[in-house]
Amino acid sequence: MNDIKITIIDREGVSHEVDAPTDMNMNVMELIRAYELAPEGTIGICGGMAMCASCQCYVLNDVELPEMSDDEEAMLSEAFNVKENSRLGCQIHITPEIEGLLVELAPEN
Amino acid sequence: MIETDILIIGAGPTGLFAVFEAGLLKLKCHLIDGLPQPGGQLTELYPKKPIFDIPGYPSVGAAELIDNLMEQIKQFEPGFTLNEVAETIDKLEDGTFIVTTNKGTKHHAKAVAIAGGLGSFEPRKPVIDNIAFYEDKGVEYFVKNPELFRDKKIVIAGGGDSALDWSIFLADVASSVTLVHRRNEFRGALDSVEKVQELKKQGKVNLITPAEVIEVHGENHVNALTLQIGDEKQQIETDYFIPLFGLTPKLGPIANWGLEIEKNAIKVNNALDYQTNIPGIYAIGDVNIYPGKLKLILCGFHEATLMCQSVYNLINPGKKYVLKYTTVSGIDGFDGTRKEAEKAVVKSID
Ligand SMILES: Cc1cc2nc3c(=O)[nH]c(=O)nc-3n(C[C@H](O)[C@H](O)[C@H](O)COP(=O)(O)OP(=O)(O)OC[C@H]3O[C@@H](n4cnc5c(N)ncnc54)[C@H](O)[C@@H]3O)c2cc1C
Ligand code: FES
Repeated sequence: MNDIKITIIDREGVSHEVDAPTDMNMNVMELIRAYELAPEGTIGICGGMAMCASCQCYVLNDVELPEMSDDEEAMLSEAFNVKENSRLGCQIHITPEIEGLLVELAPEN
Repeated sequence: MIETDILIIGAGPTGLFAVFEAGLLKLKCHLIDGLPQPGGQLTELYPKKPIFDIPGYPSVGAAELIDNLMEQIKQFEPGFTLNEVAETIDKLEDGTFIVTTNKGTKHHAKAVAIAGGLGSFEPRKPVIDNIAFYEDKGVEYFVKNPELFRDKKIVIAGGGDSALDWSIFLADVASSVTLVHRRNEFRGALDSVEKVQELKKQGKVNLITPAEVIEVHGENHVNALTLQIGDEKQQIETDYFIPLFGLTPKLGPIANWGLEIEKNAIKVNNALDYQTNIPGIYAIGDVNIYPGKLKLILCGFHEATLMCQSVYNLINPGKKYVLKYTTVSGIDGFDGTRKEAEKAVVKSID
C-alpha cells in the first residue's frame, strides 16, 4: 500500500480527507485535480510550473515540507492572498513524509 | 465583414490544425484569438518547453510545433483576427452565423468551431477594493499604446518579464517610472534585470522594493497610490497604475452563448462530430467536455478532423465525401500550389 492520507479544505470550506498515492510522481495540485476538489480551469493552469499560483494553498498543520525553491518563492511573492503559511500545491510532492498534511486552498483570483 | 466557411475561435494547436483538415475538404477558415500571436497555451505558457507525446516527434519544442503548424497550413491561406476576443454570436435564418469581437469586427461563417482551450487570457488583477472603478481611468492592465503614457507619471507593479520590459521601454516615454515589487529579487531575463538596475542608477527608474500597492486614489482618474513598504504606508502621486501580474484564462464571453456548459467546458456530442447543443457550432480541443475527455494536443487534432468532416456534410448536404489519403491524393493549396508524392517510374531497364 503506497497511499497516505492528506486533508484538503476546498474553496467552499469543505474538508476532504483523501488517499494520495506516493508512487505516481504526483503533487498536491494534481491530487486536488484528480479528486475534482476545485473546478477545472481554476487550478493547475500552468501545469505545475510554479508560474500561475492557481494552486496556492495554506498549510494548516506542522507536517514538515521540503524547502521552497527560488521559483516557488518568486511566484508566491507575486501572487495574491498570500499568507505566511502559503505554498504552491504543485511544488509539494506526495511522499510518505507528508502523511497527515492539512492544507486549505487559497481563494481563486 | 469577413466571410469564411468555418470560423475558428482560438488559434491554439487545435484551431490551427483544423485549418489543414478543412483545407483538404476545400473549406476556407478564419481564426480569431484574443492573444496577439497564434499558439494558445503553447506560446503563452510554455514556449521553450519540449513536448514528448506528439506522434512521430520524440521531442519537439512548443514554439517549434506552432511554427510547424503555421507552415503546414500556409497553403490554405487562413485569415486571422488577432488581439480580439469573440464576444457575441448571432444565428441567421439561413443557419449561418455572425460572430462579433470586442472591437466590433464582424465575421460571417457557415459553421463555427470553438477551439478556445481554457478560455481567453485575462489579466490577473490585484486585490484592491476599488480598483475596478479606476479601470480605463488610470489603471491599465496592458500597455496597448505606449503613447498614452508620454510625459506622464506611471507606477508599474510586478516582478516578472512584463514589468521589467515595460519599465525599460517606458523609461524613455513617461516623465517618471516607478517599479514596485514585493521582493528585492526579480524573475525575468537576466539582461532585463541588469538594464533596470542601470536605469535605476541613472535615476530613470525609481525602484521601490519590497513594497506593495494597497490603495488607489483619485476623483475620476487615478492621481495617487498608497504603498505598503514594510510596516510603513506611503502615498505616491501618479497619473497611471499598471499592474502586470500575468494572465489567467477564463471561459469569458463564450459562457453566455447558450451553450451547455459542464465543469467550465462546453458539452459536445463526441460519439459523432463534437457538435454542441446549437447545431452548426462545434467545440474542439481543451474547451470541450465529454465522457472520458483528455486535454491533450493529440486529442484536439483528432477532434478537429472529425469536426471538419461534419461541417463538410453540413455545407454540402447529400454530397458524398470519400476519405482520401494525402500520400495518394496530394494536397491542393488555395494558393495554387500542389503537393504530391514524387513518382519515380522507370519504364525501361537497359
Ligand atoms: C505547462 C503545460 C504543459 C503541457 N504539456 C503538454 C504535453 O506535453 N502534451 C500535450 O498533448 N498537451 C500538453 N499540455 C496541454 C496542451 O497545451 C493543451 O491540450 C492544448 O494547448 C489545447 O489546445 P487548444 O488549441 O484546444 O487550446 P489552447 O492552446 O488553450 O488555445 C486556445 C486559444 O483560444 C483563445 N481564445 C479562447 N477564448 C477566446 C475568445 N472568446 N476569443 C478569442 N480567442 C479566444 C485563447 O486566447 C487561446 O489562444 C500542456 C499544458 C500546459 C499548461
Ligand atoms: S499549477 Fe501553476 S503554480 Fe502551481
